[in-house]
Amino acid sequence: MESVIERIKKGHFWKFHGGIHPPEQKFLTSDKPIRNLPIPEQLVLPLQQHIGQAGKLLVAIGEHVLKGQALTQSSHPMAVPIHAPTSGKITNIKNAVIAHPSGLSELCLFLEPDNNDQWQQRHICPDFTQLTDHDILTKIADAGIAGMGGAGFPTHVKVNNSNKINYLIINAAECEPYITADDLLIREHCATVIDGIKILNHLLKPTHILIGIENNKPEAIKTLQQASQGIEHIQVCILPTKYPSGGEKQLIKVLTGKEITSGTLPSNQGIVMQNVATCYAIADAVINDVPLIKRVVSVSGQGLGKPQNVWALLGTPVSYLLSQCDYQNNQHKQVIMGGPMMGFTLPTDQVPIVKTSNCILAPSEQEISSQTKEVECIRCGQCADACPAQLLPQELQWSAKAKDQQQLAKLNLFDCIECGACAYVCPSQIPLVHYYRIAKAEIRQQQQLDITAEKAKLRFEARKIRLENDKKAREDKHKKAAAARKERMNSNTPIANTEKSAVAAALARVKAKKAQASAQQSTIENSTDVNAKKSNSDNAATDNSEKKTQVAAAIARAKAKKLAQKEKNQATEGIVDKPLDSVTQSTTDDKKSKIAAAVVKAKAKKIKETALQVKSDSVTKEPDNKKAVSSMDKVILESDKKAKVAAAIAKAKAKKLNEPTTDVPKNESEQSLSKSDDKKSKIAAAVAKAKARKLASKIAEPAEEQINVSIEKTNTAKPIDDKKSRVAAAIAKAKAKKQQRSESI
Amino acid sequence: MSLCFGALLGYASVRFKVEGDPLAEQLDALLPQTQCGQCGYPGCKPYAEAVANGEAINKCAPGGEDTIKKIAELMGVEIQPLDENHVADNTPKVAFIIEEDCIGCTKCIQACPVDAIIGTTKQMHTIIIDECTGCDLCVAPCPVDCIIMKPIELTKQNWQWDLNNIPVVQLD
Repeated sequence: MESVIERIKKGHFWKFHGGIHPPEQKFLTSDKPIRNLPIPEQLVLPLQQHIGQAGKLLVAIGEHVLKGQALTQSSHPMAVPIHAPTSGKITNIKNAVIAHPSGLSELCLFLEPDNNDQWQQRHICPDFTQLTDHDILTKIADAGIAGMGGAGFPTHVKVNNSNKINYLIINAAECEPYITADDLLIREHCATVIDGIKILNHLLKPTHILIGIENNKPEAIKTLQQASQGIEHIQVCILPTKYPSGGEKQLIKVLTGKEITSGTLPSNQGIVMQNVATCYAIADAVINDVPLIKRVVSVSGQGLGKPQNVWALLGTPVSYLLSQCDYQNNQHKQVIMGGPMMGFTLPTDQVPIVKTSNCILAPSEQEISSQTKEVECIRCGQCADACPAQLLPQELQWSAKAKDQQQLAKLNLFDCIECGACAYVCPSQIPLVHYYRIAKAEIRQQQQLDITAEKAKLRFEARKIRLENDKKAREDKHKKAAAARKERMNSNTPIANTEKSAVAAALARVKAKKAQASAQQSTIENSTDVNAKKSNSDNAATDNSEKKTQVAAAIARAKAKKLAQKEKNQATEGIVDKPLDSVTQSTTDDKKSKIAAAVVKAKAKKIKETALQVKSDSVTKEPDNKKAVSSMDKVILESDKKAKVAAAIAKAKAKKLNEPTTDVPKNESEQSLSKSDDKKSKIAAAVAKAKARKLASKIAEPAEEQINVSIEKTNTAKPIDDKKSRVAAAIAKAKAKKQQRSESI
Repeated sequence: MSLCFGALLGYASVRFKVEGDPLAEQLDALLPQTQCGQCGYPGCKPYAEAVANGEAINKCAPGGEDTIKKIAELMGVEIQPLDENHVADNTPKVAFIIEEDCIGCTKCIQACPVDAIIGTTKQMHTIIIDECTGCDLCVAPCPVDCIIMKPIELTKQNWQWDLNNIPVVQLD
């Protein structure tokens, strides 16, 4: 069997499956030289112009940049920088519509050229063979080169290859029926293209270099053959014209007979492919230190008066190119970016040229009719015959319509290169590629969702385990502490003995307290006159004063509660009564209620304070300091708690009140008003809390000093008793007051 | 021979024993894992287990019709419309904390089922968008209502081709 090279030398090539022969339209632009355009008034530079990641911004609005200056930077391997295509000022950095079928906006730099076209400092390298591979790769990466054939894969990643490369294939096939950009580039800048190929040769050291070019570009073929004569292992391969022979896998199949397995890269089989325009950019970058700032664009179509290839600065708006090529602004306004087979209709003509845009097509009505009516599939099977990837387009279409993702995966949807051959041959005019694109996007999204779901699941489970562990750890800690305590108590050390006795004493105290409490309960319940009798004795007097304080506190609480209730009712009534009143009314209501709540709180606090004062005043001689302190602490704690609760209630109220008001549509100023109110209330609550705390600490200090307070505690009884006793105490207090009055009189 | 095969089967049943309830696992894989609790169960897995034990299949609001369809297929039951009590707007959302309003109470952190909120006491909190499932559970506990649910921004990556609605703007 003859070797690949022998076959190629004889002009025998393999064939890829399918393919079509759309009408050639290259004559529109192939006979005119590449035109240099004047610098446009504004350049729009999307931060991301390739597959991968966008870099970080290096410039700010208002900054003056020089031609070739890097505008973004990133250490991410899949990110390539963008550069200023000319010198000028960055006027804006904002979202703008990008060259994407979705018409979505992405972050773009707006550059206003100063028309000086002033270069930054460049370092020209006359002999690249002196450079190390790493230097060359860095130069390519820093120049921002990404595959210019259309996919936009970062070039430095593609050529940074450790595999043994058998074939370096230069793709000059350019099979799209309108595009002549590569053709013209070869004809006019063949030397630079060959330089680029030499650099790639230096980097990759391939056994053979194959330049694949279709036979419809005779001039380019001749130029290439002349230029490549000096190099041994380079072979210009003249291929029969068939769409899509410029596809990576198709060109590899045609030239080498190898098929790239689904899901693998050509480099795994020792093949690297680069586009002609990319070779040019590599040479320019490595030798002349010119980053990728311009490219050849075929501006074609019969909708133009002067279709031509142009050197377009990256960022040039499509509208500028069209006007330069005498765009006849007729009824038919469809503008396509990319070729007619694989391109997409632009959402607006303000989108900029990016690194991957090789063609702007402004067709006339006769060339591409905008409205085609899709009819039912007649199962003719022509699409399967035309498919260069040997898929089953009609089955794919059915599965895509049924959203059967499993079946689509089985039919190898992701091997579809979206060349559009199936849609081209379809007699029913079914836009097959569109269905595939939709299905691909859906599958990708589903995969993304699956990944996030899996992540969420893991995180959820991890959290559950963590919480359980925390709980367990806490319990263990408590258990351990309890066990340690027990052990200590059981050991016969002096500390344990004192602790034991302390516990015993505490138990005894509690018992005594209980007995006292029950005794008092009965006395209060039996007769209220007892108070009068009691007041005669010292003991009774202390009882009385103590009671007074508690009663006062209780009354204060009750008052506060009532007031709050009232306020609340009023507020809600106000809202219910006039739900359609102006918002300002409701906000003032809101305010009022808040203020009222605050007043109530303040009152409650004052009363409490006086109560405490009374308590501390009523000093008697009964020496039970421990009790006193503990009870004091309790009171303080309680008051603190109360204050907190009050604050929380106030907050909750404010929230509730806010809710209905926010339902009513407001203008902005009112909104901000309510927001500030909200904030005020928050601050008020915080202040109240702080005050309560201060008060508590203040009281605590004198309390410690006045240790002789004797207390009969009704509030140590159970909560239910507490209520009862409070009521009782209230009655008692009233009586005591009366008596006091009569005594003073 | 029967003894031999019996032993073989016995060994196989021990060797290849399936851990857990495979049906619940499969159901769990179909659920969207937002852990939102809208179904009334504390997370997706408990609901999957409940469905495996005969709970209604139409309670997953974030999953919507698609999930119901898949569950129905797996369980071999009729497709049901989404439970009326659980009908919710299931456009994908993420939580967003209005940071200037946050008082640092940590309540939302405790509510988040996937630990997607960073913050600590009296420090401003924020959401890790990539981890947020949009479950809505952090919104209610916030005492100052500084958490809002924002629809996920449309980008080139998550944009869907829509044949009937290609946003082709007529050029001037």
